[in-house]
Amino acid sequence: MKDLATFRVKAGLAEMLKGGVIMDVVTAEQACIAEDAGAVAVMALERVPSDIRKFGGVARMSDPSMIEGIQAAVTIPVMAKARIGHFAEAQVLQALEIDYIDESEVLTPADEANHIDKWAFEAPFVCGATNLGEALRRIAEGAAMIRTKGEAGTGNVVEAVRHMRTITGDIRRLAALEENELATAAKDHGAPLELVRTVAAEGKLPVVNFSAGGIATPADAALMMQLGAEGVFVGSGIFKSEDPERTAAAIVEATTHFEDPVRVAGASRGLGAAMPGLEISELDGLIQHR
Amino acid sequence: MLALQGDFEAHTAILESLGAAAIMVRTPAGLDGLDGLIIPGGESTTIALGIEREGLADPLREFGGPILGTCAGMIVLGREHLGILDISTRRNAFGRQVRSFEVDLDLWGERVRAAFIRAPWVEEVGDGVEVLAEVDGHPIAVIGNNVLAVAFHPEITGETRLHRWLLA
Repeated sequence: MKDLATFRVKAGLAEMLKGGVIMDVVTAEQACIAEDAGAVAVMALERVPSDIRKFGGVARMSDPSMIEGIQAAVTIPVMAKARIGHFAEAQVLQALEIDYIDESEVLTPADEANHIDKWAFEAPFVCGATNLGEALRRIAEGAAMIRTKGEAGTGNVVEAVRHMRTITGDIRRLAALEENELATAAKDHGAPLELVRTVAAEGKLPVVNFSAGGIATPADAALMMQLGAEGVFVGSGIFKSEDPERTAAAIVEATTHFEDPVRVAGASRGLGAAMPGLEISELDGLIQHR
Repeated sequence: MLALQGDFEAHTAILESLGAAAIMVRTPAGLDGLDGLIIPGGESTTIALGIEREGLADPLREFGGPILGTCAGMIVLGREHLGILDISTRRNAFGRQVRSFEVDLDLWGERVRAAFIRAPWVEEVGDGVEVLAEVDGHPIAVIGNNVLAVAFHPEITGETRLHRWLLA
């Protein structure tokens, strides 16, 4: 007898994405470019984060017909974003048979107190985190994959680095604690003790952890992989660059060969201008705090 | 282990639990001296593009040793890509992710818990390829010569039976 949508097959799909690049796309044509460049999945959305940042207003789930157009255009997994706490948007995405739902701070939050109860869904969820406690709270709510938040739409990798170093550092410190110190650590992280025990024993998160939010170049991807990311999300970095086809393929190559600087150099050569970057201190409010 | 993309770390953990060392292969030179090869799960388009980019297609065809392919690995081994195994496959045959499932299989008389994740099935098998197991009437485990291909993920459920075949 088949057991459908077990947590193991939800988290298992993220395992299959490891070592890969997930690209934001706003049209079926872009989705095909991403697939042909070697993306492991695409994130279907109406505006890339840098445009959400520029145009302001309330950012919501994408139009289903736009998502379906992208699903019809590619064979790789298609992800889409729901607002934080907006379980009805998530229900719609599940009805569309989206492969992964991103409960995303890039959209305008719908509930400032509660995230979606992700155990109630057959579709798996990925959620953002800036530190270990936040990651474990999302996993406790049923997230089957984590991505560090970074600062979306900036083309500035500094926040992605901060969040990845924070999570890996938090994990290393946890792993060094005595068993009888873990309850206090769980309280400090605001995370369930059972998950804290698992992380302390394994030395890693119980689900796959990608990096996101500011990755714009092949070297950015190699940096995040060396810092412990198991794959990368590239939002505005592909289709806001001068040469999206080559930039996409180059980031895929650098993510595979992240430990080989000669290959990263080769992938970086002659790509033209990367997306325009933004200085974090000049921003009007940070998406990562949502 | 072909480590261009995918869940090669889960396979590595199983190999190490069986006392074998896993070596990550990303270029043709990496194939030298291996006793066996795993082509892991992942995205088959990404892995196939990586094989092309790295010039790995002919070196893989000439490998000669035993090969285990799981999910995307099965697709890559088939006629549509490397043609190392004479099978044709249908990608995402069981449907999108919400239709992914676990099921118990009988493989060589042993119970194997199998995770099918956006899994393919085998559409056609050529001469000399034996079907070992089916789900819903479709072959999902096949063997030919020294090449074993399955549509599921033994590495996700911690099953060692297929890796023991590779190491035997």
